Amino acid sequence: MTGTVRIFVPKDMAAIAVGADEVAGAIIGAAVKAGRDVKLVRNGSRGLFWLEPMIEVETAEGRVAYGPVAAEDIESLVASGLFDGDRSHRLCLGPTEDIAWLKSQTRLTFGRCGVVDPASLDDYRAHGGLEGLKRAIEIGPAEVIAEVTTSGLRGRGGAGFPTGIKWKTVADAKAEQKYIVCNADEGDSGTFADRMLMEGDPFCLIEGMAIAGIAVGATMGYVYCRSEYPHAIAATNEAIAVARRAGVIGASVLGSPHAFDMEVRVGAGAYVCGEETALLESLEGKRGMVRPKPPLPAHKGLFGKPTVINNLISLATVPVILARGGAFYRDFGMGRSRGTMPIQLAGNLKHGGLYETAFGITLGALVDEIGGGTASGRPVRAVQVGGPLGAYFPRALFDTPFDYEAFAARDGLVGHGGVVVFDDSVDMAHQARFAFEFCALESCGKCTPCRIGSTRGVEVIDRVIAGTAPTSNLTLVADLCETMKFGSLCALGGFTPYPVMSAIRHFPEDFDRPALPAAAE
Amino acid sequence: MTSVSNPHASVLWNEGRAATIIAEHAGMPGATLPILHALQEEFGCVPEAAKPMIAAALNLSRAEVHGVVSFYHDFRSAPAGRHVLKLCRAEACQSMGCGRLHEGALDKLGIAMGETTADGQLTVEAIYCLGLCATAPSALIDGRPVGRLTPERLDGIVREAILS
Repeated sequence: MTGTVRIFVPKDMAAIAVGADEVAGAIIGAAVKAGRDVKLVRNGSRGLFWLEPMIEVETAEGRVAYGPVAAEDIESLVASGLFDGDRSHRLCLGPTEDIAWLKSQTRLTFGRCGVVDPASLDDYRAHGGLEGLKRAIEIGPAEVIAEVTTSGLRGRGGAGFPTGIKWKTVADAKAEQKYIVCNADEGDSGTFADRMLMEGDPFCLIEGMAIAGIAVGATMGYVYCRSEYPHAIAATNEAIAVARRAGVIGASVLGSPHAFDMEVRVGAGAYVCGEETALLESLEGKRGMVRPKPPLPAHKGLFGKPTVINNLISLATVPVILARGGAFYRDFGMGRSRGTMPIQLAGNLKHGGLYETAFGITLGALVDEIGGGTASGRPVRAVQVGGPLGAYFPRALFDTPFDYEAFAARDGLVGHGGVVVFDDSVDMAHQARFAFEFCALESCGKCTPCRIGSTRGVEVIDRVIAGTAPTSNLTLVADLCETMKFGSLCALGGFTPYPVMSAIRHFPEDFDRPALPAAAE
Repeated sequence: MTSVSNPHASVLWNEGRAATIIAEHAGMPGATLPILHALQEEFGCVPEAAKPMIAAALNLSRAEVHGVVSFYHDFRSAPAGRHVLKLCRAEACQSMGCGRLHEGALDKLGIAMGETTADGQLTVEAIYCLGLCATAPSALIDGRPVGRLTPERLDGIVREAILS
C-alpha cells in the first residue's frame, strides 16, 4: 500500500496567512523521509477558516480532513498514519464530506472551490466544469439570457439588480464592440468570496464570463481585481492562459463561431473603484471618479461601448445556472431573492468562513448557530452586514432573514454578503466615526455631500464623543446623513449613513457621553 | 538622478529602462494603470521624471498623469523603507482588536502609521481589508499575508523580516 498519496494543502491566501506554505513544506519533507510517494495538490479553501490550514488526504473512502494543522504537527500526524488517512490523530476531522458545517450548505457557486486543483482544466471538467458553456453554445444567446432571467439571479455586488435584464439591455444595444467587465474589486471588510473563488476555482469565473460574452455578443472581457489580492490575480492569470491554450476562450470558444478573450487588470488601492462607473473610469486609465447615470454602462460603458458589468459572484454563478437550468436555481431562496448566497462570516466569530446557503436563513442562525458565537467568548453586541456601508444590527434584529428586501426594510443591506461580528467591548460611537472617516478617505471627490459631508461627519461625531452638546450634535449628524443619503452620486456617500445612523439608533447609550474636561489652553 | 535605496526597487532611475517599460504597455487599451504598476515594480515608486514620459506616450497632459498617480493609494512618490508592513484596520480586524495591536506595535517602533523607521528598515502603512476577515487581525509583510496576529506574533514577524 505504497501507491501515490494525494494530499491537499490550500493555497488560499488566508490559509497561507496562517501557515499553509510551511505545512506544505513539512509534508514534502516528511514524505521524503518516510520514502512515500506524495502528490501535493494546492487547492483552494473549503472556507472553514477556523480550521485552516485544513489539509486533506485522499483515501479509497474519500477525502479525510485534518485541521487546524501547524508545520510542527506534521511529524506526529505522519507517525499516526497521515499518509494512509488514519483517523486516530486529535487533529483529524473525519471525512471532509461529513463535516456538519460543510454538509449543511448548498454549494452551487462554490461547489468546486476547495475540491479541485485550481490550475487543472481536466480537474475542472471532471467536476462538471464547462457544461454550462457547452449548453450556452448549443442554445444560443437569446435562450441563455432567458435561462439567466428565469433563475432570478440578482447582482451579488449588493445592488441586487436582475442580471438577466442587464444582459438583455446589452444584447439589444447595437455596437461593433461590447465588453464584459467583472467587478472583483472586493473592498468591503468582511468579504472574501471573490478572492476565494479566483484562488480556488478560477475556471468557473472564466466560464461565466465566456457565457456572458456569448449571450450579449461581447468578445472581450476584463476582470478588475484589487491589488490587495495578488494570489487571486496570479491564479486567475494562470487559469486564463490554460483556458486559452485549450481553446476554451480565444478566437473560437470551444470550437464554436463565438470569439471571447479576457484579461485581468489590477486596481491600485481605491475603494471607490468597486462602484461600477468609477471602476470603468479606472479601467480606462483615469482617476476612479464616479460617472453620473444615465447613460447606463449597458448603453455606454467601457470606452463608451455597451458593457455588462457584473460582480464576480454573479458571473461565477452563471455556469451552474446554465448547466442545471434557471428553474433549478430559482427554486432556492425566498421572496425576490432567488438562489443561494455565499455568505462570509467574519470578525469576532468562533467559526468564521464561507457559508453558501439559500436566501432566507436568519441573521441569528448565521451568527449564533453557524458562526458559533464570538471567538472571544463574550456576548455578541453588534453585527455589521454588507461591508463598511452596511448597517449595524443589534441582537433584537437577529430574526431578519437574509434577503435583499428584508434587510432594506430594516434600513440595512445584504451587500456582498459579508457579516462582521463584534462583541460587547465595541464602542459604537467609534464605529460611527470610522464610517465617516473611511468615506472621507475613499471619497472620489466628485460630489459635495460625500466629499465634504464625510469630513464634517467625523468632526461632529468627535464632538459627540467628547460630550459637547450631544443632543444638538446628534441632530446635526442625522441632518448631514439625510443630505449624504439623498444627495450623493453613488453608494459610497449615499450609504455611509447606514452604519452611522444604525449605530445611533440601535446603540444610543454609546452616544450619551459625559463632557470631557476641557484641556487647558 | 534620484538615488533609490529600496531593495524592492533595487534599480536606480534609468530613463531608458522607464521608456522601455512605458513602450511595452502603451499599446494596451487603458494603459495608464498597468504602466504605473510596472514602473513602481521597477523603481519602488512612480518617479516624477516618468510622468512627462507617460504623458507623451499616452497623449495626455502631465496634469492628467499626475492626477491619476495621486488618486490611487498604491502609488508612491518616493520608495518605501527596506521592508513594508501593511496593517489592516478595517472592521473585521477592528472586531478582533487591531486598534490596540497596532498602537502597541507602532509605540515599540517609535513611529506613526504611514511612517518609516529612522534607519529606513521598515515602513508601516494602514490598509483597508485584505480579504482575510475570518483569520483577523491580518497584515502583509513584504507582500506575504499573515493572520491571527497577536502582539507576540506580530513582533516576531517584524523582527524576522528585518533580519532577513
